[in-house]
Amino acid sequence: MKKNQNVTIKGTKDGLTLHLDDSCSYGELKKELDRKLSENSRSVEDRLLSVRVQVGNRYLTEEQQEELKELIRQKKNLIVESISSNVITKEEAEKQKEENEIVSVAKVIRSGQVLETAGDLLLIGDVNPGGTVMAGGNIFIMGALKGIAHAGCHGNNEAVVVASLMKPSQLRISNCINRAPDNDQDEEKREMECAYIDENDQITIDRLQVLMHLRPNITRLQGGS
Amino acid sequence: MGEAIVITSGKGGVGKTTTSANVGTALALQGKRVCLVDTDIGLRNLDVVMGLENRIIYDLVDVVEGRCKIHQAVVKDKRFEDLLYLLPAAQTSDKTAVTPEQMKKLVDELKQDYDYIVIDCPAGIEQGYKNAVAGADKAIVVTTPEVSAVRDADRIIGLLEKEENVEAPKLIINRIRSHMMKNGDMLDVDEITAHLSIDLIGIVADDDEVIKASNHGEPIALNPNSKASVSYRNIARRILGEAVPLQPLDEENKGVFSKLKKFFGVK
Repeated sequence: MKKNQNVTIKGTKDGLTLHLDDSCSYGELKKELDRKLSENSRSVEDRLLSVRVQVGNRYLTEEQQEELKELIRQKKNLIVESISSNVITKEEAEKQKEENEIVSVAKVIRSGQVLETAGDLLLIGDVNPGGTVMAGGNIFIMGALKGIAHAGCHGNNEAVVVASLMKPSQLRISNCINRAPDNDQDEEKREMECAYIDENDQITIDRLQVLMHLRPNITRLQGGS
Repeated sequence: MGEAIVITSGKGGVGKTTTSANVGTALALQGKRVCLVDTDIGLRNLDVVMGLENRIIYDLVDVVEGRCKIHQAVVKDKRFEDLLYLLPAAQTSDKTAVTPEQMKKLVDELKQDYDYIVIDCPAGIEQGYKNAVAGADKAIVVTTPEVSAVRDADRIIGLLEKEENVEAPKLIINRIRSHMMKNGDMLDVDEITAHLSIDLIGIVADDDEVIKASNHGEPIALNPNSKASVSYRNIARRILGEAVPLQPLDEENKGVFSKLKKFFGVK
């Protein structure tokens, strides 16, 4: 047996972790993985074991990931829980950055206009009736929201909509839709409010101060007091 | 070199043509050389409002297609000494007979001869609108204090903001019924201006005289005694850069209110 192992198996209390070396070729790695797992599968247990795979500084394409998962799955009682790598492609990095960014826009979104951002949206202006703002993350509107706002439009239930004047014709968060009551006679001010999905999967509107408890992740400031 | 102003609204029936006729007339009253251009091809009526229908020989499409020169097609308004002209739209073709590029060329040519080109835009946001906006330097959006008109104005402002050749549009609120506004039955001026967030260049009260005058082919701006006429003249002065304060609504309320009362003979 080689001294320098390309595949090491470690047992932790959460299950098995497979460490795959990142300096050998992918072909070698596959071969050794196959061999290692065949040896080990002798110890037959009935219950399924979940495995986490660490690939270090190796970049795996989608197909390669599938291939490895397939390879491990063939060994009776092993199931791949996750594959984690230290590296990502530039596109993925770019996308992640976009999704984590707050994009600020100073504009009035008028009837017929649609503004879409991948991450959070900070709009300094109004959304007029017939206008739409969409964001992959949260939406913060410094002006009046009278049109449609769709936060977490790629399916993020944690997303919120905040507006200085909350009079939307429709609110959407992730897959939830809520519309204004038909007889909009309420003379309430509806100032400084936020909308979020509550425990019953309903969109709820409340004072924006509740967000610090409901969505602590909105705070990005590290440290401080 | 003149300046081209497009009068537009999105929604139909809010008074684009009336506004074009009166703003043009008011500018001519200020001594400017004005050419009104009707771009509502197929549904022209600026000529009717101006009372110049009978004198049309050639039209806009004839000019664009090279059947005549511009100076042959423009109709001179006899009420003015060489100041007010109208380039009528064709009634027999439709909006696709002209392209935005052709319109731009035409307007650029007109700008050599006139101080102001007032372009009457058709309703809608299709080809006709695109033609009308193509050659414009400035835009005036007309709306009425109705939710539907304001909604369409909002849409059109959004489209105008994308036009690089057009300056930030100005707003005219037309057909104001001050008693309804006062009672809160109509959107009020501040509400509309705040909602659309563009500069207000004038407000015009709803006045039966306007309709009467239009039917006679006499723009109301020619009649100095009418409230609406004063509004149009003020708009013209603001276009020329004068700082004319808006007539305070309260005063106007009284004026228009009593006038209306007189008119209907009620209460």
